[in-house]
Amino acid sequence: MIKKAFLGLSTPQIEYEMLPVHLPEIAKVPTPKRITLFHQRNDAHRIPSTLGIGDPVKTGEKLSLYPDLNYYVISPVTGTIASLSPYAGDFGKSFIAITITPDGNEIIDDTFRLQIQKPTLEVLSNYLTGAPGNPPLNLLTDSNGSIKTIVIRGLDPDPMVATSQYIAQSRLKDLKKGIQILKDVTEVQDIILITAGESVQGYGHIEARVKSVKAIYPAALPHMVMKDVLGQVVPAGKTCEDLGVCFFTAEAVISIGNAFETGQIPTSKTLTYIQKDGTPHIVETPIGTPIGNVLAAFGETVNEYDRIVFGGPMTGSTVYALEHPVQPDTDSIIVVDRDKAAYVSDYPCINCGECVRICPAKMQVHMLVRFLEANQYEEAADFYDLHSCIECGLCSYVCVSKIPIFQYIRLAKYELQRAKTPEAADA
Amino acid sequence: MLEKRDVLEQQTPLGQKKLIVSHAPFYHSGRRVTERSYHIILAALPALLLGFYHYGMPAFGVVCLSISTAIIWELAFNLLTRRTITIGDGNAALLGLLFAMLVPATMPWWAVITGTFIVTVVGKHIFGGIGSNAFHPVALAIAMMMLSWKDLFDFDTTLLNYDLEFATMYPLAAAKYFGAESVAKFSLTDLLMGKQLGGIGATFGLGLLIGGVYLMLRGFIRWEISLTFLAGVYLAAFVFNLSDPARFAPPAFHLLTGYTLIGAFFLATEDSSSPVNFVPMLIYGAAGGIMTVLIRSIGAWVDGVVLAILVINLISPLLDKIRPQALGKVM
Repeated sequence: MIKKAFLGLSTPQIEYEMLPVHLPEIAKVPTPKRITLFHQRNDAHRIPSTLGIGDPVKTGEKLSLYPDLNYYVISPVTGTIASLSPYAGDFGKSFIAITITPDGNEIIDDTFRLQIQKPTLEVLSNYLTGAPGNPPLNLLTDSNGSIKTIVIRGLDPDPMVATSQYIAQSRLKDLKKGIQILKDVTEVQDIILITAGESVQGYGHIEARVKSVKAIYPAALPHMVMKDVLGQVVPAGKTCEDLGVCFFTAEAVISIGNAFETGQIPTSKTLTYIQKDGTPHIVETPIGTPIGNVLAAFGETVNEYDRIVFGGPMTGSTVYALEHPVQPDTDSIIVVDRDKAAYVSDYPCINCGECVRICPAKMQVHMLVRFLEANQYEEAADFYDLHSCIECGLCSYVCVSKIPIFQYIRLAKYELQRAKTPEAADA
Repeated sequence: MLEKRDVLEQQTPLGQKKLIVSHAPFYHSGRRVTERSYHIILAALPALLLGFYHYGMPAFGVVCLSISTAIIWELAFNLLTRRTITIGDGNAALLGLLFAMLVPATMPWWAVITGTFIVTVVGKHIFGGIGSNAFHPVALAIAMMMLSWKDLFDFDTTLLNYDLEFATMYPLAAAKYFGAESVAKFSLTDLLMGKQLGGIGATFGLGLLIGGVYLMLRGFIRWEISLTFLAGVYLAAFVFNLSDPARFAPPAFHLLTGYTLIGAFFLATEDSSSPVNFVPMLIYGAAGGIMTVLIRSIGAWVDGVVLAILVINLISPLLDKIRPQALGKVM
């Protein structure tokens, strides 16, 4: 849990959760009665044609709603499709929610198994982008060989979350295999595994350089890793991919390794689940399990106005229903009691400078926020380095006025992006 | 302070629990504006209590009137401008308290009410409320009162009727008009223990130091500003003292008299009117300290702290242009 320090001479430090040498027991959540998968779509008016309600699906079957696009989900169960409905995500993202009712049998689809003898990048991107950990394979296929380095995160970027750490330490064999396959199918020769503190020794025989970062947030965020480990500062407005570096979670690499080892696309998601009282658990559950089922497995009661956080306390997002499914990139579920959650306020900035002193990107946040509050996004970008922000959320964490600075910054970046590509916004 | 529960309620079927959707981060350090105000008030108490001990009920009356009228002026202005009521954040109380600590115990009631009007309305709310004031409201108010009613701040005459256990003369006035010789009888221990004339809460050096150190350690004020302010006072006074020891008082005397300590810990460090970057904070503090001694030694005024603070408040936004380069900034 994040605690506040009594003394305030230096800026507050948030430490990463470090797992003990003897890893905790993993808890398995049984297959639920309904599985929901989010299928990406780019056009809100297009009606899916290839699948309909009542169609049977097999475990590991690739479900693709639009034949001309490489969007798909992998069914984690055998059963029938119960519904197809539109779903709107954050920042204008659009999905179709496919609900599957498992029928209790398990028939394994072997389309993938037939292709494992010759791993190519095409096979990977055709079957594994939706595997646990969401391997960013499209970055590799779209880059035309410009990606020279792959960074594997053996440490979660957010504090309190220990999923990547757990997986990297408990499934070394799959990790090795995954690294091997990535080296075979791409031209990338430099693979770096990021860990924290003294856990470097455990990884003797993997074909990757193992680098350790400080166990203090935000050392594991991509931009900080670029700066501290690779010695490259990402220019404002550019991405790590522009510099030829691509980030994989440990789970993504392990999914690739495991898929080729067993011939089956993995569909079980490992995640950190933190109960309302702060007790952490490492949980394994099929992708698509409603979070209500995960919570029920631990006897958690959720009250009105509690919050359920996906993906970490500093950079994650909240969901609004217990039916919301576990997704391939859901590294954590945190239940926050309504009385403990941080509320924002409409209080003005008092210029105390806490945000400026904690900002890892050395931005003038106190000035930036004045522009953002007035919707002057262009000016914010021109005069106060909006695009230097690495999105760690520490400014909002320390703000004594409880201004939602982080949200202002995300919104500003999104709006500027939208203004740049007006045709995409109309879609 | 109003908490805006930003609830994005979704249409959910009956019987389903409503969850709050909000944005990251989901935890907060727990530091609030209210907490800052109350801790600064707490840190000011030791110095204030000695003021009550020396000057008795009149001092108590001035402090109570000052705090209460500061709050009332703020409430009145909130209502008049139809903005959020902000008296709950403790800032108005803090400003009222600081104003009272700087004035003599015999301040007439109308002057206190006028002073707190300048503090809250002219100094703070006309600029846009908390966080928007360019000057420390209390420093501004004291400066305006000093210009308007010079006699009210003549500690030697206003506190004439007190029979105290120490020399009833305002040390800074003595040093200015009669030279360093006249203040030799003030021992540093006496000054530190508050045995000198002055504002209700401005004379107890030890109390102010305890409060200041507490605030610096807890991070409610920035040590960079306070320490460089004091260093600036010491160095400038040292240079003057070196040039003419008979005319200019020694540096330690300047540190412990007048508004120096309350200025260094409670006035110069005000959030809104001070810089936030490291180097600017150092320049800001040092400039304030040097300016103080310049005014005291060769200026027209007996004590230069409030005027020096107004000057550094003025240059604060300019100083904050000295800033580190943002990560990945494209030149």
